Parts: sequence; C-alpha cells; structure tokens
Amino acid sequence: MSGSARGGVDLRAVRALARRDVQVVLRTRAVVLPLILVPALIQVIIPLALIALVRFAGDGGALDLAGDLEPLLAALPDGVRADLDRLDPSGRALALALGRLFAPLMLIVPLMVASVIAADAFAGEKERGTLEALLHAPVRARDLFLGKLLAAWVPAVAVGLAGTAAYAVVVTVAAWPLTGGPFLPASVWLPLALFVGPAVALAGLGATVVVSARVRTFQEAYQLGGIVVLPVVGLVVAQATGAAVLDARAMLWIGAAAWTAAAALLAFGLRTFHRERLALDL
Amino acid sequence: MSEEAPAIHARGLVRRFGDEVAVDRLALRVARGTITALLGHNGAGKTTVVRLLNGVLAADAGEATVLGLDPWRDGDALRRRTGVSTERPSLDPRLSGRANLRLYAALYGVPVVREEAAIDGVLARFGLAARGDDRVATFSRGMTQRLALARCALHDPDLYFLDEPSAGLDPLAARDLRAWIADLARVHGKTVLLCTHDLGEAQRLADRVVVLRDGAVAAEGTPSELAARFGADRLEIDVPAAQAQGAARALAEADLPCTSVLEADASPLPVGAARLRLNVGADAAPRVARTLVAAEVDLLRLEPVLASLEEVYAAVYARERAA
Repeated sequence: MSGSARGGVDLRAVRALARRDVQVVLRTRAVVLPLILVPALIQVIIPLALIALVRFAGDGGALDLAGDLEPLLAALPDGVRADLDRLDPSGRALALALGRLFAPLMLIVPLMVASVIAADAFAGEKERGTLEALLHAPVRARDLFLGKLLAAWVPAVAVGLAGTAAYAVVVTVAAWPLTGGPFLPASVWLPLALFVGPAVALAGLGATVVVSARVRTFQEAYQLGGIVVLPVVGLVVAQATGAAVLDARAMLWIGAAAWTAAAALLAFGLRTFHRERLALDL
Repeated sequence: MSEEAPAIHARGLVRRFGDEVAVDRLALRVARGTITALLGHNGAGKTTVVRLLNGVLAADAGEATVLGLDPWRDGDALRRRTGVSTERPSLDPRLSGRANLRLYAALYGVPVVREEAAIDGVLARFGLAARGDDRVATFSRGMTQRLALARCALHDPDLYFLDEPSAGLDPLAARDLRAWIADLARVHGKTVLLCTHDLGEAQRLADRVVVLRDGAVAAEGTPSELAARFGADRLEIDVPAAQAQGAARALAEADLPCTSVLEADASPLPVGAARLRLNVGADAAPRVARTLVAAEVDLLRLEPVLASLEEVYAAVYARERAA
C-alpha cells in the first residue's frame, strides 16, 4: 500500500513527478538557456568585466567607481569603513562593488531558476495538455503540488549555492592583486547563500504558482512571475544610494520576510491547487 | 459488495458549468465484464461523464458507485483500479515513451521490481517495443495514441474508460485495437466504457449502447434493442445485376417498392450482383420471394437486416430534434 493510500505523502509519486519535471526542463532549450546564461552573466562575466575595468582603467576609473559608491561607503559602520580605507582606491572600489553592492544580485539566480522551472511545471503542464492524465491518476493534488515544488526548488537552491560559490572564488582570485586577499564579508554572504537564497527561491516559486493558476501558457507565467525580481532590484538601489546596508541583521530580516512570504504564497497556491479546479482549466 | 454488483451504477447525476448543464440527471448501469459504448455529438457530455465517474469532477447532484467505491470520497482508491485513455493523448512530447510510462508506473503503484517488465509488456502489446526509448515528439499521431493506450493498460486496471481510443489510428491498428478491447471484456473480464464517434466500432464491440444528448441519456439498450426501437425493418435482396430493373418493377407492382438499388460492382456486393432494399419486416420475406420467383428473377440472397447503429443514432437525434 502506498503512502498516499495511508494518508501520508506518497514519496514514490512525488519523486517520480519531480524527476519528470526536471527531465522535461532539461530537454527544453527555451528554459535551459536562461538557466545557464543568467548565472554566467551575473556571477562570472559581469564581475570579471568590472575587475578588468578597474585593473586596466587605472586609478582614474577606480576613483570614478569609488565616487559612485560613496553613499554606500558612508552608510557602512565605522569598523567596516576603516577596513576598506586601508585598501587603495582600486581595491576599495572592488570590495565595495563586488562585496556589498553585488550581494543582492546573487538572489536573482535562485529566484529565476525557481520561477522558470515552476512556470514550466505548473502553467506549461496545462499548455502541453499533459495535465488530464495526471488528474485521472491516483495521485493526490497535494503530492502533485509537492512534486512540482521540489522539481523547481531543489535545482534553484543548488544552482544558487553553486553560483554563489563560483562567484566567491572567481572574484576573490581575480581581484586578489588589488584587494590583497579575500574581501567578501562572511557575515553577509553566508546568510545570503544559506538562508536568504533558499527563501527567495521558494517565495519566487510561490508567486509563480499563484500566477500559473491564472494563466494558460509558460510564457505568461514566466513573464508575470518575473515581477518578483523587483524587490531584489530594490535592494541593490537601496544599497547604492546608501538608504540601506545589507549586514548580517538585515540578512536575517530579509530571510525571515522571504520565508514568510513563501509560506503565505504557497499556502494560497495549494488552496487553489485541487483536482476539481485543475480539471476546470483543461 | 458482491461480484454481481454493476461496475458502474449512477443515478441522477447532474453537473453544471455556470449556467450550462453538462450532465443532466444521468442514470447509467454498466455490468462487470461488459463493453458499453457512450455515443453523442461533441459537447454531449461524454468526457464530463468520464471525469465524474473517475472522481476528477464532483457532481452537483446524484450519486454513483464505481467498482463499489464512491468516486468522490474514495477517488484515489478508485483511480488505482481504473485506466483512462483521454481524448488528447496527454503525454509529454519531450520525454521518451518509456519515461512517460515510468511516471505513470510510479503513480499507479506498479511494484518497482515489476515496473520495467510491465512497461516492456505494454510497449510490445501496442507495437512500440522498438520505439520506446524515442521521444514522443518523433511519434506519429497513431503511435502517440497507442502509447496513451499502453499507459492506460500499464497497471492492469479493472475498469477502462476509453475516450475516442481509435482516433488517429490507421485501419490495421484500429482493427488491432478493437480486438484488444474485445479481449479485455470477453477474455479478461474487464469492464470498458467506450466513448466514441465511430459508430461502426461501437456496433462491433458494444454489449450496450448509451446515446447522450445535451448531457442526458437519449436512448439506451443493446444494439439489437436500439435497432428494433429506432431503426426501420428492412429486407436486403441480391439478384443478378442484369435482372435488377425487372426485379424492382415486379416488387413495385406487388406493392413492395424498393428504397434503393445498389448496382453491380458496388462494394461490398459480389461481382455481377445488384442489391435491392425494401423497408418491410421479415414477415414480408415469403411474399417477396414468391413475387421474384414468379417474375423469373434468380434470387441470390434474401435477408432481413437490423438497422445499423448509425441509423439508430441518426433516428435518436432526429427524434430529439423534433421533440
């Protein structure tokens, strides 16, 4: 007797559904391309370009960048500012840009991966006409939901962590001659990668689930779900203007807010994700 | 519950979508081990009936028992014992046939140790053994349909809901499908609810026929019962083609006018024969025979014929339209 028949989670069904959704995503170029290009751009290409610009543009370029980041520098605690002041202008500019300003951009990766896969798994299923046979199968809507959730969330967290680790290695090594050593503040980056990133991925997933229930195609779900990236952009702007500083405490608050939003969105999404409702959309 | 209890027993089923009544006080009784054809125009409610009976949609009113279970309270337990071939194949084109089947083997609880054997078995049964590892996107429409049927049979269900199962199949595959459906009921004792527009298929397979119109049962019975109720009695007479005109004239003079004359070589007549049709019952056969013999016509065949399901279907819809 399966878990489902006993009233628990049917783990075999959940695993099979998640595996199927991941397999489908990996075979879809329109979905895989952004999953490769966006992390490569944000976590490798742009940081390396910035480092190259600062290294080869000389102190003039570094001073321009440092000037642009002056509001952020001014908003930092005294101790942090004193540490940065020990670096030359080029090192200080890079440490500020790559160590502080870029931090929220790392959240775009898990957010985007979760949204793309969820849009394909939820709205794409409707669009491809593959939902009806699932509804006629002995799988609870809750298990179907869970399978799709895991198919999007696990890769999003994995890609987010791997991308952040790659970013840390790439910028530390490439900027070493200017910064003289590691410069990413662990008090910001560890909670960002381990606490905020997974929460943001889940919240983005929840938003996509809610949107997917109201649209018919993958593209519509993906585009509408893309709105969730706005808060992340807001964080970048807030830092650049000195309106906010992302320190350890801020990370905890942001993470808690993201987990709460994720729970609320998923609870709402699950409430509308039942067999009858799904069948009416066929 | 005894084994004699019907596989499907529904009473007063009603399902509305907004103001539209999709299923209207439907009563249905399907005996175990039989094939019942559900006929009706597009939008007559066939697919909604299947969704109701398999617990995918809830009824607004009425009650149903399917395989002894309440489809809305015991939906998952019921769905473990039913196999559904939906009107659209509902298969992922980006995955292989085997990967599609693996998902459903897990969902239907096919034991892991028997999973690959079960998949190999249904792929072979539906002539897809050599293409199982190919993406469904590369399949023809007929192959996709056969894969959908393979999925439907994967867990050896007790009750099959087959919605337009022969859509897209070539004639040989359709014949093979009919043999499979017949075996399900006659050899393996399975129950089949067959939704189809192919009236010939229904005529050949169905023990009982239910004609739906606007979600309600417009007619129900065995094909013979329906033919007797809705079809006109008819005699078919085969004579040499050269004598067809004379035969028709002799019958008309005896107040037995022909409704149609099929000329020689018209399929499926024997070569050199013509077929005459008369709208009279079997009791008129002796008089017809005497008339033709007196007119010196060589009588090759004389047979009372039941109305076809196609004629029954047209008559049912014509009656409903008139009503």
